[in-house]
Amino acid sequence: MGISRRSLFKVVAAAGAGSAASALAPLKARADQAATSDETIGMLYDSTKCTGCKACMAACNQANGISPDTETSGGRAHMPVDLNEHTLNIIKVYQDSSTGDHAYIKRQCMHCVDPACVTACMLGAMKKRSDGVVTYDPSLCIGCRYCEMGCPFNVPKFEWSKTAPKIVKCQLCRDRLALGKQPACTEVCPAGAVIFGKRKDLLVEAHNRLDSNPGRYLPKVYGEHDAGGTQVLYLACVGFDKLGLPSYGNQPVPHTVDAVQHAIYQGFVAPVALYGVLAGVIWRNRKRAGETGEQSEQP
Amino acid sequence: MNAQEQARPVGGRILTPPFLALTALAALSAVLILWRFVAGLGASTALNDGYPWGLWIAFDVVTGTALACGGYAVALLVYVLNRGRYHTLVRPALVTSALGYSIAGLSVAIDVGRPWLIWKVPLFFWHWNHRSVLLEVAMCIMLYTLVAWIELSPAFLERGETSSNPKVRSFSRKVLPAVRRGLPFFIAFGLLLPTMHQSSLGSLLLLSGPRLNALWNTPLLPLLFLLSCLAMGYGAVIIESTLSSRFLGRPLELMMLSRLSRVMAWILSVYLAIRICDLFVRNSLLAALFRFDLFSIMTWVELALLAGPIVLLASSERRRDPGNLFLAAMLLLLGGALYRFDVYLVAFQPGPQWSYFPSVTEILITTGLVAGEIAAYIALIKLFPILSGRKPTAPARAAVLGRSYMTAD
Ligand code: SF4
Ligand code: SF4
Ligand code: SF4
Repeated sequence: MGISRRSLFKVVAAAGAGSAASALAPLKARADQAATSDETIGMLYDSTKCTGCKACMAACNQANGISPDTETSGGRAHMPVDLNEHTLNIIKVYQDSSTGDHAYIKRQCMHCVDPACVTACMLGAMKKRSDGVVTYDPSLCIGCRYCEMGCPFNVPKFEWSKTAPKIVKCQLCRDRLALGKQPACTEVCPAGAVIFGKRKDLLVEAHNRLDSNPGRYLPKVYGEHDAGGTQVLYLACVGFDKLGLPSYGNQPVPHTVDAVQHAIYQGFVAPVALYGVLAGVIWRNRKRAGETGEQSEQP
Repeated sequence: MNAQEQARPVGGRILTPPFLALTALAALSAVLILWRFVAGLGASTALNDGYPWGLWIAFDVVTGTALACGGYAVALLVYVLNRGRYHTLVRPALVTSALGYSIAGLSVAIDVGRPWLIWKVPLFFWHWNHRSVLLEVAMCIMLYTLVAWIELSPAFLERGETSSNPKVRSFSRKVLPAVRRGLPFFIAFGLLLPTMHQSSLGSLLLLSGPRLNALWNTPLLPLLFLLSCLAMGYGAVIIESTLSSRFLGRPLELMMLSRLSRVMAWILSVYLAIRICDLFVRNSLLAALFRFDLFSIMTWVELALLAGPIVLLASSERRRDPGNLFLAAMLLLLGGALYRFDVYLVAFQPGPQWSYFPSVTEILITTGLVAGEIAAYIALIKLFPILSGRKPTAPARAAVLGRSYMTAD
């Protein structure tokens, strides 16, 4: 009896120590490899160049075959207040009358280098392609919405109004990419505020702009390292947190949960071992009870 | 095996007025569930893109399965720590586990947007995303629901042995010994699976870490969820035993429950110690704890509800007072439930533009599911050998409003 109790406590203690240690022993992020891969693509949005014309919103709806959201805005087309089931791409405006700060911001999927939505998804309906694009496959989606719970940028949206709903989000115009075209939003932008390219080239371009025009920008390329890096990069003159892009640190969002689960499960060795211990202890206890006739057979 | 340990059907009429009332609530729930599938989640719930998980996940699944941890918690005592004296508690606890987990599974089917594809989750193993905590939770909950019913199956087969139908009789006689022989393997599964998914219900929200209030956002979430679900399991057993003694005029096994309450208080103390240390270690949180905003107040309420039982159960005299026991268990269940609600709905902050309060439909569906669960529990204990102990005598039945104790242990 003493042994069984000890073994139980050992298990509990191990689980505890495991989750504590995990906080200290970061897993090697597989993210870095993808980030440094030269072939991944992305977008660069320069808030200081954006004129707020919203041509990209109309183009996005058209490219994705989604009728524009005219309801949440009192009837004026292309004026939704946030990303939603009809809106994969939005231009928002930030205004602060006391400081005179004023900036546009384009929001769509960031195509994170190590995306929380992909980590969340049970059957891999959300997938990170080798070119960096995060895609969605409804045939593997059961609509659990854990991707929405995970995404730190509130990007995946659910078709609440439908009886057979899907998740919707920007997939970097994967259909257009397959035809050799660039995304609709970057193609249509008259101000060149959002451009498409390889992530490494976009990073060089962003840093060039920062270097050649330091007064115009905050000295930071959002998405270069944030949340482990994103395929979509941002330049702005107003604090990114005010534009809805908080500083999440440089670790990929799934990092903590990966580390904790790895520490507890040890690649599924721990559950198998625990099962062995439990089955052994139960078997022995039962045999003993059988010998002394103390315990009844019924469960 | 003495006569008192033998489980027997409680017997009596099933279609009593309270039972019918519960069934009516469940029927209303069934109608609303149909409507949810016709109208969609947007029309029937208050869920939104900021709060994609609401009452059904936070209560029916996360809290409901913790309340249904009785089978797991008691099995741990009886089969691993070899405390045979708690043996009579196993079956009633297993009934709540099997029912609670079945309801949780049903709730998931109602909650997900594309339930017609759920079958792919267990079967499409080549698509399994091994990093997905939700996949692990889903698989464990499905398997454990199955295991709980298998663990309970001897109760049905024993009843079958005495059936008037000869076919049922011979089937039960044939199958029962085999089931009993295989049972240890299922019992071990019945211990492993809840250990995994109850802790993982905590890990789930680690993915929402960047948007989770710091008072709850700790890598120890899985450990805290595991410890609290064990304590809640014992609490649920105490409540259930007290209620069935009250309403079915059965003797209250006070000594056993008082011993159990001690185990419960110990686990709860460990939980609280870890929770409080965690708040202290991450220093900045002390300030947050005394800010007295929504988050700090919720934390205090949580801590108070969970400290209550420890105080109430501190002396052995108090542990022998049935009213006190009941109150302590009740506080614990409330505290444990609040902890889960806090993590899933309060600590989770998608942004100021979002808010969530469950819709009437959501609340009525949940209420109906719980009512149906209670009705099923009553029917099962009346029909099948679940509860052990003396047959309630006429005076005991008359004394439903008073209490009858079974102090002999
Ligand atoms: S922004 Fe959100 S939806 Fe897009 S890849 Fe990152 S985690 Fe996924
Ligand atoms: S809602 Fe669909 S895409 Fe999102 S995590 Fe669930 S299964 Fe994956
Ligand atoms: S890449 Fe395509 S889908 Fe994404 S925001 Fe631009 S237009 Fe919309």
